[in-house]
Amino acid sequence: MNASSDASSSHGTLRRSRRMMLLDTSMKVLYPSILVLAMYFLVAGHNRPGGGFVGGLVVGGALALRYVSGGAHAVRSTFRLPPHLFLGLGLLLSASTAFIPVVLGGSILEHGDATFHLPIFDKVKVTSALPFDIGVDLIVIGLILMAFAAFGEDVPDAPGAADDGSDAPSPALKIRSKP
Amino acid sequence: MFFLLLLHLVIGIAIVAVGKMLGRRAFLVAAIAPLATLLWAAAKAPGVLDGDPVTESFAWIPQLGIDIDMRLDAFALLMVVVISGIGLLICIYSMGYFSHDKPGLARLAGVLVLFAGAMLGVVLSDQLIALFIFWELTSVTSYLLIGNDDTNPRARAASMQAIFITGAGGLVLLAGLIIIGQAGGTYRMSELLADPPTGGAVNAGIVLVLIGAFTKSAQAPFSSWLPAAMVAPTPVSAYLHSATMVKAGVYLVARMAPMFAMTGSWRLVVMVIGATTMSIGGLRALRQTDLKLLLAYGTVSQLGFMMLLLGVGEYHIAEAGLVLILAHAAFKAALFMVVGIIDHETGTRDITELHGFGPSWRLVQVVAVVSAASMAGIPPLFGFVAKEKALDGYLEHGDFAGATAVLVVIVLASILTFAYSARFVLGVFGAFGDVDRPVVSRTAHAPGALFVGPSVVLTVATIVFGIVPGLLDDLVEGATTALYPGSEPNALHLFAGFNTALLLSVVIIGCGVLLTVFRTRVTGVQRRASEVVRPIPSGEQGYLGVLRGISVVANRVTATVQNGSLPIYIAIIILTVTMLPTAAFATEIGPLPQWVEEPAHVVLVAVMVAAALGASIVRHRIAAAIMLGAVGYAMAGLYVARGAPDLALTQFSIETLSTVLFVLVLRFLPRSWRHQAPSIAAPMRIAVAGAVGVGIFIFALSAGNARSSVDEPSMSEVMVEQSLPKGKGHNVVNVILVDFRGWDTMGEITVLLVAAIGAVSLARPGRRRNDDHAPVFEENLDAGAEPALPEPLR
Repeated sequence: MNASSDASSSHGTLRRSRRMMLLDTSMKVLYPSILVLAMYFLVAGHNRPGGGFVGGLVVGGALALRYVSGGAHAVRSTFRLPPHLFLGLGLLLSASTAFIPVVLGGSILEHGDATFHLPIFDKVKVTSALPFDIGVDLIVIGLILMAFAAFGEDVPDAPGAADDGSDAPSPALKIRSKP
Repeated sequence: MFFLLLLHLVIGIAIVAVGKMLGRRAFLVAAIAPLATLLWAAAKAPGVLDGDPVTESFAWIPQLGIDIDMRLDAFALLMVVVISGIGLLICIYSMGYFSHDKPGLARLAGVLVLFAGAMLGVVLSDQLIALFIFWELTSVTSYLLIGNDDTNPRARAASMQAIFITGAGGLVLLAGLIIIGQAGGTYRMSELLADPPTGGAVNAGIVLVLIGAFTKSAQAPFSSWLPAAMVAPTPVSAYLHSATMVKAGVYLVARMAPMFAMTGSWRLVVMVIGATTMSIGGLRALRQTDLKLLLAYGTVSQLGFMMLLLGVGEYHIAEAGLVLILAHAAFKAALFMVVGIIDHETGTRDITELHGFGPSWRLVQVVAVVSAASMAGIPPLFGFVAKEKALDGYLEHGDFAGATAVLVVIVLASILTFAYSARFVLGVFGAFGDVDRPVVSRTAHAPGALFVGPSVVLTVATIVFGIVPGLLDDLVEGATTALYPGSEPNALHLFAGFNTALLLSVVIIGCGVLLTVFRTRVTGVQRRASEVVRPIPSGEQGYLGVLRGISVVANRVTATVQNGSLPIYIAIIILTVTMLPTAAFATEIGPLPQWVEEPAHVVLVAVMVAAALGASIVRHRIAAAIMLGAVGYAMAGLYVARGAPDLALTQFSIETLSTVLFVLVLRFLPRSWRHQAPSIAAPMRIAVAGAVGVGIFIFALSAGNARSSVDEPSMSEVMVEQSLPKGKGHNVVNVILVDFRGWDTMGEITVLLVAAIGAVSLARPGRRRNDDHAPVFEENLDAGAEPALPEPLR
């Protein structure tokens, strides 16, 4: 995302005048870093602090940052896939991980593991808990995307807009301008 | 037997799914199922009639000891012959009845096959629970068939009425069956028959079973749904609502009477209800001008008769009941078919509009006269054999209390039966027709051979089995022995000598003729009598009253429980969630923990307390949300201080996101809340909050001590130990989430998914079209139910 592409006046997009340059600029570094951190949490979760749930929440944090800087449109354009696809795929993945062992003659959620030797990471042990965790991760991301889609649209006339006599037209802006 | 049920299922579903292109020919495909059943039954018949039932078993829920046991004994064979024989004829008849492009025709044909399969399941199940399942399936398919014309509000109301009454009866029946099964130690009827249970619980159980059977077989006071169901297409009425489904109740009573007739109040209940139903049905039939309703009330009356014969637990009388089942199926199905033909060709079935049938209608009229005569009990027809046998049974073997009274009722109701049969015949010949009205009947073209054929077949059966009833000796005697092991049933006779039963038949026919001759006067008397009994609530009024009552109670309960106040909802929810476990754990509080472990704790807790107090004091919504976030962050700090990085990480992320989402939602609300009358007063809110706090505190204390009193390692120790060897992970929290308690996680993510979908639909209200709003109850009460009822029943 960059500032110029979002400077349109289309619904859900913040006008250029309302954007904060400091945030927009730092986003360019922050956003990918957070996603890498989330990926690390997801993959390393089985042995170190982290896991699918936390991974998903961290992605959600990154999305929240995008929302603050670019509005609902920025969140929508992040993943070009509809939010419910994340939910469905996530549940499908987790449920398959849970039930495939049954098909293979084991018990529900029985996990297996395998060790690989990869060039950079050397010895890597992967358990079948990972796809389960990825499913959880996807569902959390889907949930957050849906929440932003449902509640994130800019409201032209929030019921409370005139409550305190403030003349700020956008609630999103008001929030941001609050100390 | 399973393959037969499967065949019905497959054919039924196939027709529903792809039968549209077949049009009327769907009924030809449908006919395969009853035809196959008949052939199969014919192949098995010799062995079964020798007293050697065919059995099949299939373990369904072995954990609960519920198997599907199928058993074809001679009584089941008799029912199978009725179900599949009439079913086959109905399929052929439907080809003439329905026009080619009637909407919903394929669905009707398919569901008809499904119904036939369910009905076969009822009579072939030896196991009570399986019987119940099939019993309910017949109710469901009956509902679908009555309401097949879903654009007709009367059809919808009638189907609702049928499924409400039979469905409620089904629940009662299930309770009764379970009581009996538990008391008897088996759910197999063949084993219960050998060793019937007794005792107080069984006495209650049999009353429940009887109530279930009475609703299904339209006994008073549950009979109102059957006349209302006449809104269904005539083939459906002929098949379900005269020949087969309504006999399910009779069937069950017949099966259980040998076990329980001497137990509790079984025999008394059966006699009172059966006698009442038989008389009231006859009286009402005599007042109808709609031929179909006349037959429907006649069916109610005959079902009461069958109860009186099969329910008293005396095998000579039951044998007559078995003959009546066969005779009734033959004449009543034929009569319904005649009504369907008249309705189809003339467009009316009201006897005041029918007159002037031309000579091409002779065959139909012969069918009508012969079948109605069989219903009236005129020799030498099948109905006469049944009635004679019944009278003889009560005369010779009615040596139990109340038998004479029942006999009197049977004679009186049979006079009514004669009278309404005569009314039917006169109606078909146009005796009630208004000659001043235009003659529709003469112009109506005569029905085709395929259309009349099935009723002719039934009429031939009525005549042949009337003249040579001995043809059925094997079947009827076999069925009697199947019900009453060790009994010695008598052969059937058209003429059993000059005995009292014959005399009673003469009396019945004589009085019936008198009632018919003076029918105008009878109608006047009935009208006056109906004025007298009007204040007594009828079954229909009772049904509507119950429906209105449910509506009123539901409205009041909803208004009380769901009063629209979010604070009250939340108070109820959190009090329930915290108080229930607290009450359970309050006794298990262990020693109090050490209050302060590190100085950092004091700081963090102080922040938490201050933020929590602040959140409940400030009047600014977003400020309150942020303070709540502060509580959460401080909590995460506590986790860090206690060395739980995973929890802390999760808590931090959750707090961050939930604060953002909070803010998103709060934008839509006023920024601050004003002084307005809260739905819960402040002291009350403080009390609720305090109670929740104390509850959580107790819960935390007792949870920490879980298993400490048992001589086992605590759960957390076990999990930490097993994490690496069993879960292949160093992070015990994650191993618990994805492995040890992975199934819980599965449930949680499903809930998350549902919550996400719910949140979106909450946020986007007002998208529903206004006309989607269909108040089902109101529609039934106001638009449907009243006109669906035939006429005030007196």
